[in-house]
Amino acid sequence: METQEIIAVPAVHVQDRAASKRRRSAGGDPTPHMADAPFLSLREIEKSYDGINLVVKRLCLDVRRGEFLTLLGPSGSGKTTLLMILAGFEQPTHGVIELAGRDLTRTPPFKRDIGMVFQNYALFPHMTVAENIAFPLIARRTPKIEIAARVARALGMIKLEGLGGRRPAQLSGGQQQRVALARALVYEPAIVLMDEPLGALDKQLREHMQVEIKNLHHELGLTVIYVTHDQDEALAMSDRVAVFSGGIVEQVDIPKRIYEEPQTRFVAGFVGENNLLTGMVVSAASAATPCRVRVGASEVLAMAAAPLDEGQAVTLVLRPERIVLAPYPGQVPQTHQATITDVSYFGDRVRLRCCLFGRDDFSVKIANLAALSGLAAGQQVALGWLPQDCRALSV
Amino acid sequence: MTATAASVDRPSVMGRLRPVSARRPALHPSSLRSWLLLAPLLIFLSLGFLIPLLRMVQLSVYDPTLRDLLPATAPAITSWSGEGLPGDPVYRALAQDLKAATEAQTIGIVATRLNTEISGIRSVVMRTARRLDGLATAAPRDWFTAQDPQWADIGTWRAIARLTQAITPSHYLAALDLTYDENGALAQREPNRRIHRALFLRTLAISAVVTLLCILLGYPVACVLTTVRPALRSYLFLLVLLPFWTSLLVRTTAWIVLLQSQGVINDALVGLGLITNDGRMSLIYNMTGTIVTMTHILLPFFILPLYSVMASIPPSYMQAALSLGARPAFAFRRVYLPCTLPGVAAGGLLVFILAIGYYVTPALVGGQSGQMISNVIAFHMQSSLNWGLASALGVLLFALIGVFFMLYSRLAGLATSDWISGS
Repeated sequence: METQEIIAVPAVHVQDRAASKRRRSAGGDPTPHMADAPFLSLREIEKSYDGINLVVKRLCLDVRRGEFLTLLGPSGSGKTTLLMILAGFEQPTHGVIELAGRDLTRTPPFKRDIGMVFQNYALFPHMTVAENIAFPLIARRTPKIEIAARVARALGMIKLEGLGGRRPAQLSGGQQQRVALARALVYEPAIVLMDEPLGALDKQLREHMQVEIKNLHHELGLTVIYVTHDQDEALAMSDRVAVFSGGIVEQVDIPKRIYEEPQTRFVAGFVGENNLLTGMVVSAASAATPCRVRVGASEVLAMAAAPLDEGQAVTLVLRPERIVLAPYPGQVPQTHQATITDVSYFGDRVRLRCCLFGRDDFSVKIANLAALSGLAAGQQVALGWLPQDCRALSV
Repeated sequence: MTATAASVDRPSVMGRLRPVSARRPALHPSSLRSWLLLAPLLIFLSLGFLIPLLRMVQLSVYDPTLRDLLPATAPAITSWSGEGLPGDPVYRALAQDLKAATEAQTIGIVATRLNTEISGIRSVVMRTARRLDGLATAAPRDWFTAQDPQWADIGTWRAIARLTQAITPSHYLAALDLTYDENGALAQREPNRRIHRALFLRTLAISAVVTLLCILLGYPVACVLTTVRPALRSYLFLLVLLPFWTSLLVRTTAWIVLLQSQGVINDALVGLGLITNDGRMSLIYNMTGTIVTMTHILLPFFILPLYSVMASIPPSYMQAALSLGARPAFAFRRVYLPCTLPGVAAGGLLVFILAIGYYVTPALVGGQSGQMISNVIAFHMQSSLNWGLASALGVLLFALIGVFFMLYSRLAGLATSDWISGS
């Protein structure tokens, strides 16, 4: 029943059982931090629009107080639908939402005490900035004097003092974004939902706003659920990232582990660039121990992400930047001879396409050093890597 | 290298070949072409619309009838100060004109035209003209005043002085139920001849009621149109546009079938026992009929502009309002409604403007109490043949519509301005 629950504890204790294939094996784990009960808890949430196709499939997710959790996934992966269910604009066809022990599943949006920041900001065009920020307070019948004080404080928080009388249309995109933030925070909601809030901004402004949102998160101790399809944003901002695909959570983890220890083939392929090789286990191995995997005609040393049986089909995951070009003796346990098929120049680094293990799209990223200036297609090179940089995932 | 050379070279070659036209690009011929393409429409509009319009404005202020039929009196009376009776030369000129008019058989027209301003003068003019042979040339004024006391009335002469002017405000005064009193000052017409102002007010009132009904009926429909799924929306649009595609006569006949005292609605109410057979309601051939049928045909003109405004409001506005803690009614009142107001105003004014000028529908189903100003204009055009008055009424109506149209274009501009669509 509760097997796919993600336990909301700091990085060390994060469980890796989002992948549906691995639910059973991860079952029965004790939850060591029972005292640290989840703040927001989603249990077996399902959503279908047509009664046949599930947009969100039996999803379980716990968020702890003060956490910055990002829902990352390609479009159509169900992350925005989940956000709409959290906000109350969509009803789950199955499952329960609990916020601080209170069942929210059938609560209408206006009683949820959740703040939401929309991608297009959704600032009310006929109201001034101050009126926009005051709106949630007026809706809550806050006394007038208090409204004035809190709006002033909110304007100070987003550094837009003196612009309270402007209309949203008179502000820049970044300023509008900050007003939308202030409006969603001014009534101190239990949770703030953000639906690709920086999607409409240009790159520079987006990075600036990432820092501002992070700072607000720290200063105010906000609990934030953040939706994005931008993996850099997800990795840079989050305490934890939940990777979505096809309506399920593939993995929930701290950003470092999402990147370095992907648990499923999808996460490995979606977050950052990876070489994905298909192979077969030659020697059985327990989790976090090296094992030998046959790939094509070669045998490769890899690190088992989970216990593996002999003869099991696995996917090898290998970051292009962790591959060593022409390693000196003893640097890596194994080297492989490859032929360069293509060299792409990126300024600070160079990417090689190599022919290896019978594939010609094996990617290698190396720092652009003067010594490498002679690299060209057709050249033979020796490639190697440390076993811990090559992870073996069960299919 | 070659590319640079070519790009440098080309202008100089062109310059040498066509020194002037090359520097001024093809603007002239293309604008000529667009004028030519527009020409048929412009010619059609000026022949069919602009020229009649100008002619109507002219008719409303320009009436040369008496100036032309009384060619001697007209210049003679200009020297009269307006105080005391005019001198003998004026009387002599009038005698000469009346004589000429009698011979030209236009005396009837003169008498009738004078009678519009001076009641009872018609018979006096005819009688005086018949007796002109007995006029003693020495003292025409005494002779005239002896014929009838009206010739000794300053009011009569003031009216003649006004009527012999080709440019006259008299039609406008009539259209506004005003007239000159015997002292030449503006005054109200007799109460039983004051009809136009009341009619203008009734026209405005009917238009306002129709607009209000359109807003009440159309707003929810436009709302539904923006929220339903696309397949259903196209069917609903079909229903909204149905009045446009129905012939006016079919539509009107249908309403007659429904609303008349032996019609479907009355029969149903009698059948249900809600009203007695003697208590059948008169729903048509009165103001009710005009309002019902006009609302029916004008409803799409309200729904369509409002729909386009509503469709441009992102659904996230309402979602944002709800997530911020506003109850649905509060969110609607404070967020959705204000955002749709430009559409309501634009659609409402469009309906109002169209309603003010409505003619056919009131003529067919309006009976007596449902007539509007356009029907009176048509009456003066077709039956009473008082084109001057019809033109004056028409110009006033036109000005009224113009004022509301200016309001409309400002509001329509507001409705499409960028703040509706967000950033």
